[in-house]
Amino acid sequence: MKQGLGLRTYTVIYLLVLYGPIIILPLFAFNDATTVAFPLSGFTTKWFGQMLADANLRKALVNSLIVSLSTATLATTLGILAARSAVRYSWPGKGIVMGSIMVPLVLPEMIVAMALLVLLLAAGIKLSLFTIILGHVLIAMPFAVAILSSAFQSLDKSLEEAALDLGETGWSTFRLIVLPLVMPGILASFLITFTISIDEFIIANFLGGGEPVLSVFVFTAFRFPSTVPPVLALGTMLVAFSILLLTIAEYFRRRGVAKAGGKDTGGFL
Amino acid sequence: MGNTPSAEAKAGWTLVSPPAIYVLLMLAAPLLLVFGLSFAGLEGGAKVSLPLQEGQDLHFTLSNYAKLFCWSASDTCSSTDVRMAQATATAMGRSLLVAALVTLTTVLLAYPVAYYVSFHVHPSKKSLWLFLITIPFWTSYVIRVALWRTILGYDGAVDAALGAVGIIDQPLNLLQYGTLAIVITLSHAYAPFAVLPIFVSLEKVDRSLLEAGQDLGESRWTTFLRVTLPLSMAGVVAAVLIVFIPTVGDYVTPELIGSGKVPMIANFIETQMWKLRNQAMGSTLAVSSMLIVAVVATLFVLANRRFLGGRK
Repeated sequence: MKQGLGLRTYTVIYLLVLYGPIIILPLFAFNDATTVAFPLSGFTTKWFGQMLADANLRKALVNSLIVSLSTATLATTLGILAARSAVRYSWPGKGIVMGSIMVPLVLPEMIVAMALLVLLLAAGIKLSLFTIILGHVLIAMPFAVAILSSAFQSLDKSLEEAALDLGETGWSTFRLIVLPLVMPGILASFLITFTISIDEFIIANFLGGGEPVLSVFVFTAFRFPSTVPPVLALGTMLVAFSILLLTIAEYFRRRGVAKAGGKDTGGFL
Repeated sequence: MGNTPSAEAKAGWTLVSPPAIYVLLMLAAPLLLVFGLSFAGLEGGAKVSLPLQEGQDLHFTLSNYAKLFCWSASDTCSSTDVRMAQATATAMGRSLLVAALVTLTTVLLAYPVAYYVSFHVHPSKKSLWLFLITIPFWTSYVIRVALWRTILGYDGAVDAALGAVGIIDQPLNLLQYGTLAIVITLSHAYAPFAVLPIFVSLEKVDRSLLEAGQDLGESRWTTFLRVTLPLSMAGVVAAVLIVFIPTVGDYVTPELIGSGKVPMIANFIETQMWKLRNQAMGSTLAVSSMLIVAVVATLFVLANRRFLGGRK
C-alpha cells in the first residue's frame, strides 16, 4: 500500500529525530576534544576516567540512589493502595480522589516545587534529601497508579472469590493470589518511579537544601564549558542505565499482562 | 460477595486513605497556602519572606496583584515596579507564544505517527512501536535539553550537517535566536506526549465506519477528513492540553538553551520565590499564570466541545 509506505518512512524519520540527541551524546563522550563541536577529533575514554575520579559526583550518586530508592518504594506502596482501592471497590468520591492523585501529571513542575517549598518554609522544616523525597513521591505516584491500575484491572475477580470461598481470609487471599499476579506490575512501577526520581531536576534543585544529586550536578556542569565533556560521559551512562531499566520494566509489564491472560494494549500510559 | 455497599465503601476508603492524605498534605495544602500568600502583605509593604520573624503579622491585600498592572509610575507604582510589571508581562506573553508554537508543532508532527501505528502496524507490534516512541521521554530531561545546546550551537550538529551538504557556508548558530531554539528543544522534548493520546483515540475509531464511508463513495482522503479526524479530535484536544500546560511552565529550557536571556514565566516565579525570597509576590505570579493557563485551556476545550462528550 503506497499510502502506508509514505507514513512508514515519515514515522521512521520521526523516530530518528527523536533519538538524535541520545545518539549524539556518546559520540562526544568518546571524543578527544575539550569543545563540543563537529568534526570529531579522535577516540578517548579519558572523560569517563575524569568523571569517575570526581568525589562530588560520587557523593551526588549516593544521594541520588537514596532519594530514588526511597521514592520508588513509597510511590509504589501508595500506588498499590490507590490502584487496588479504585479497581476493586466502589466508593463515593472516587472520581475526585483519584483525579487529585493524578493532578501533578498536568501541573507545571515549577508550581509543584514552589508550592511545596512555601509549605516547608512556613512549617519550618529544614530542606534535605528527605524533602526531595516528599516532592518526588508526589510527582511519581500518578505513574505508579496508572501502571498498577492496569495491572489490577487485568486480574480475574473469580480467582479471588474462589480463594475466599475456600476459606482464605481477605489478607491471605491478597498475599497468596493477588500479589503474585500483579507482581510484574509492581516491579514495573518500581523501576519507572525510580527512573523518574533519578532524572528529576526542579524539585531536586529547590527542595534539596544544597545536597548534591545527579540531575543538579549535570545541570550545573552543562553551564560551564570546561566541565561539559566529563558530564557527557556521565550522561551517556545515565541514559544507558535509564534505557536498561525501562526495557526491564516493559518486560515485566508485558509478562504481567500475559500472566493475567489479558490483551496487550501497549504502552505505560 | 455479600459485601453491602457501605462495607465496600468503607474498605475502599480505608485502602485509599494513605495516598489520599499524602496528596492532601503535599499538594492541596501547599497550593492553598500559595493561593493565600498571593493576597498577603506585611506592615509598610515589606516583602513576605518565610518563615516569618517574631512580631510579623500578615494582612490581606491586593497590592501584589496591583503591582502586576503597574504600567506607568505613580504614587503606588515605583519605577522598579513598572520595569518589573513590563518584564513579567513580556515573560508571560513569551511563555504563551512558545507553548502555543510547541503545541502546534508537536501535535501536527505527532498525528501521522499515531495514525501510522494505529492503522498500519500489526496489532502484535503496536506496543513495541509505542515503547520505542516513549523511551526518549523517560531519559533525563536535563540531559536531553542540554544536548540541544550542542546540536543547535556554533559548529554543532545542525551547522555541520547543513554545511556538509552545502546549504550554508557560515555556521548558523541557531542558539543565538533564543526563542526559536527554545521552541525546537521543547517540541522535541514533548513529542511522545502528543503521540500517545492521539493514538489512544485513533484506536477507538470504529473501523467499520471507515469502510462504510468508502462504500458510500468517499475517497480515502475525504473519509479521513469527515470520519477519522473528527472521531479522533478528543485525543488531539488531550494532546494539546498535555503539551501546552507543562510547556508554559518550563524552567530548564530557558535556563540552558536561552542562557537565561529569554526568561519564561517559571523563571520569574523562581526568581521571586527562591532568589529574592519574596514568597508573596512569587505566589501572586504563580496564581496569575495558572489562572491565565486555565482560562486558555478552558476556552480551547469549549471551542472543541462538539468533538468531545463521546458517541451517543
